[in-house]
Amino acid sequence: MALATFWFIVTAALWTGFFVLEGFDLGVGMLHTFVSREEPGRRAAINTIGPLWDGNEVWLIVAAAAMFAAFPAWYATMFSGFYPALILLLVGLIVRGVSFEFRGKSDNPRWIRTWDALLTTGSLLVPLLIGIALGDLLHGVPIDQSQEFTGGLGDLFSGYAVFAGITLVLLCLLHGATFITLKTTGEVHDRALWLARRIAPFTVLAVLVFQPWTHSVAGGGVLPDVLELVTMLAALAAGWLLAERHEGWAFVATTVVIATTILSFFADLYPRLMVSSTNPAFDLTVHNSASGAYALKVMSIVAIVFFPLVLAYQGWTYHVFRLRISAEQFDVPEAARD
Amino acid sequence: MSQLDLARLQFAMTSIYHFLFVPVTIGLGFLTALLQTGWHRTGRPELLQLTRFFGTLLVIGIAVGVVTGLVQEFQFGMDWSAYSRTVGDVFGAPLAMEGLAAFFLESTFLGLWLFGWDRLPPRVHLATIWLVAVGGALSAAFIMAANSWMQHPVGYTVDPATGRPQLNDVWKLFTNPVFLRGYLHVILASLVTGALVMLAVSAWQLRKGSAPLAFHATARLALVVLVPVILAAMLVGSELGVTEGKYQPMKIAGAEAQWDTCQPCSFSLFQISGGKNDMTPTQIIAVPHLLSLLATNHWNGQVLGLNAVQAQYEQQYGPGNYIPNIFIQYWSMRVMAYLAVVVLLIGLWGLWLLWRKRLSGAHRFHRVAVWAVVLPFLMNTAGWLLTENGRQPWIVQGLQLTANGVSPSVSTATVATSLVVFLLLYAALAVVALVLLTRYARKELSPPPAADTPVPALTY
Repeated sequence: MALATFWFIVTAALWTGFFVLEGFDLGVGMLHTFVSREEPGRRAAINTIGPLWDGNEVWLIVAAAAMFAAFPAWYATMFSGFYPALILLLVGLIVRGVSFEFRGKSDNPRWIRTWDALLTTGSLLVPLLIGIALGDLLHGVPIDQSQEFTGGLGDLFSGYAVFAGITLVLLCLLHGATFITLKTTGEVHDRALWLARRIAPFTVLAVLVFQPWTHSVAGGGVLPDVLELVTMLAALAAGWLLAERHEGWAFVATTVVIATTILSFFADLYPRLMVSSTNPAFDLTVHNSASGAYALKVMSIVAIVFFPLVLAYQGWTYHVFRLRISAEQFDVPEAARD
Repeated sequence: MSQLDLARLQFAMTSIYHFLFVPVTIGLGFLTALLQTGWHRTGRPELLQLTRFFGTLLVIGIAVGVVTGLVQEFQFGMDWSAYSRTVGDVFGAPLAMEGLAAFFLESTFLGLWLFGWDRLPPRVHLATIWLVAVGGALSAAFIMAANSWMQHPVGYTVDPATGRPQLNDVWKLFTNPVFLRGYLHVILASLVTGALVMLAVSAWQLRKGSAPLAFHATARLALVVLVPVILAAMLVGSELGVTEGKYQPMKIAGAEAQWDTCQPCSFSLFQISGGKNDMTPTQIIAVPHLLSLLATNHWNGQVLGLNAVQAQYEQQYGPGNYIPNIFIQYWSMRVMAYLAVVVLLIGLWGLWLLWRKRLSGAHRFHRVAVWAVVLPFLMNTAGWLLTENGRQPWIVQGLQLTANGVSPSVSTATVATSLVVFLLLYAALAVVALVLLTRYARKELSPPPAADTPVPALTY
């Protein structure tokens, strides 16, 4: 059973990696039209994540695949139970993914406006829906003895789950605004900083409510544990650092907030994977939903070999694209680009 | 239509769509890497222009391939939760490995390649496009290992407590004879696709007369790759047929609409009827011994008829209908094989023109080559229909029926709604991708950067 717990930690780590990295991509997606009125500035904002977003999104794909391989019952119950929400999530991911590639392929303002709207909407839907889905795991949905979801669409939108979705959207917004601040110069930088400072109070407030709420939904009372305290303190620190214009440290703080939010969520969930609101005996847990020992062992070896490698080359990518960019670099008509 | 029919329709639609783009990206990935390698070695500026030209087409293809791949991963759980619950222990492993070992590689290095032109030393930058190509091909390996397990399950034991298969030998997944031949076939088909796309674009540009030297080079590269690769694809495909005939006799008997066991067996080039339990198809032209040869590698080999296999399966698995849709089997096999011959002939025609140094001015060939771009997509689709339809009614051959794999908690209305949503979204994406691809394929080459300035990055 130790390996099943290890894979629970791997899954939690993959979701954490996804939100730390894709979190700012989603924030940039939501904010790119707000950081500049002009096309070059908007392109600059998008190009801060240009080389990175695709690799970051793979964390989501691997997180889902890890659930499938290590906890088939979790994957099966969750994905079939949350079907309608996942359709919307996929639509969001699809329109967002292609809009990066498509929006710059013409200078027609209507074309650009269309893809901008799709990029913004898609980037909003993704954290909102994943947040709601994660919230549902802990809050509980109707699940019967044979681990099948028996509820309807309404069961997915409990107050806690919806608040989890909103919190993740706010976290991504703050993380993304701080990222643009860190990666740009000039007008785009100034407006991103202005936005980050306006968003910060809402995000801090959401985190201060969400962490105790999570702890109490998990059955641990309203007093937060250490990890949750770290989240709340880091959120306050992020707000203060932005006010003081310490951009680099503010980004470190938003990274800590988003990482510990996801980690503490999974810590509260453990050893459950999916809570049954029908009967606690029907909960999906690390123990009753895991793959066999051999499959887990094989995948552990694969993960131990490849994970460090992935971290190394993704880290190197961030090093290669560490320079700030400016709107002037992107004042080029489409016809003059390859 | 039932939930099962709709779920199958949705899976078929999204898979076929996804696999329109996958072979383009794998094939064109390697060809673009070859172009950049040529530029790196010779410094000829037109090779740089061509690298970036075809790289742009490649990236549009990857964008749609990636986002539609997400749907593939999610719908196993959404529509086929009973399947996922039953086989996740075995089937999930290659999917997780794909992400960790291949998809991270492809996606991260694609970003580095696109945006790294002016940031990375040329040699390192060249390595990034090769890693993109290798990552794509590796991705396909894990997916094919998973798919081959559904055709011929190996490397597992059935857990007596749950009745579910459990992985007990991962090595067997990657030495599965269906995987070894199937994967090679997919890679060769991808190279055929990439070469035909490159050939069509080059032919269009040659006809228009823009940059004739440059596009003569890519037409030549495409032809030199195309002919050996299509030949190899036909040979490997034929071997794959023999292997599948051993483990999935229904698939091969169905592809020939062979109701009764025969020895030796002739191959019908064209026939009328034979589907829908019509046991007396009218064979218009039959080639003696050819089916024996194709299905068994022996001149007088015996091919079990559908009725014989049906009787055998009823004994083995209980009453039921184990015969796949014969019309789809019969015609998808022929569309794939006949078009392969057409592609081979086009390739040989092009090589002959190349040898006679008449490729640049061969307008009739150019026109044919432009339209030949639709052929690989028809062949790829037909190939998958043959493989997947031939497995029916099983979702995993001999282990689980497709009807028992659907999600019990999902309603027919939900699947119907999602089918409509994806249909509309995919149609819109197809239009946009097609318009962009043709627009960029018809663009003139952008001028090469001045000698001592760095090559600019490809940005959004």
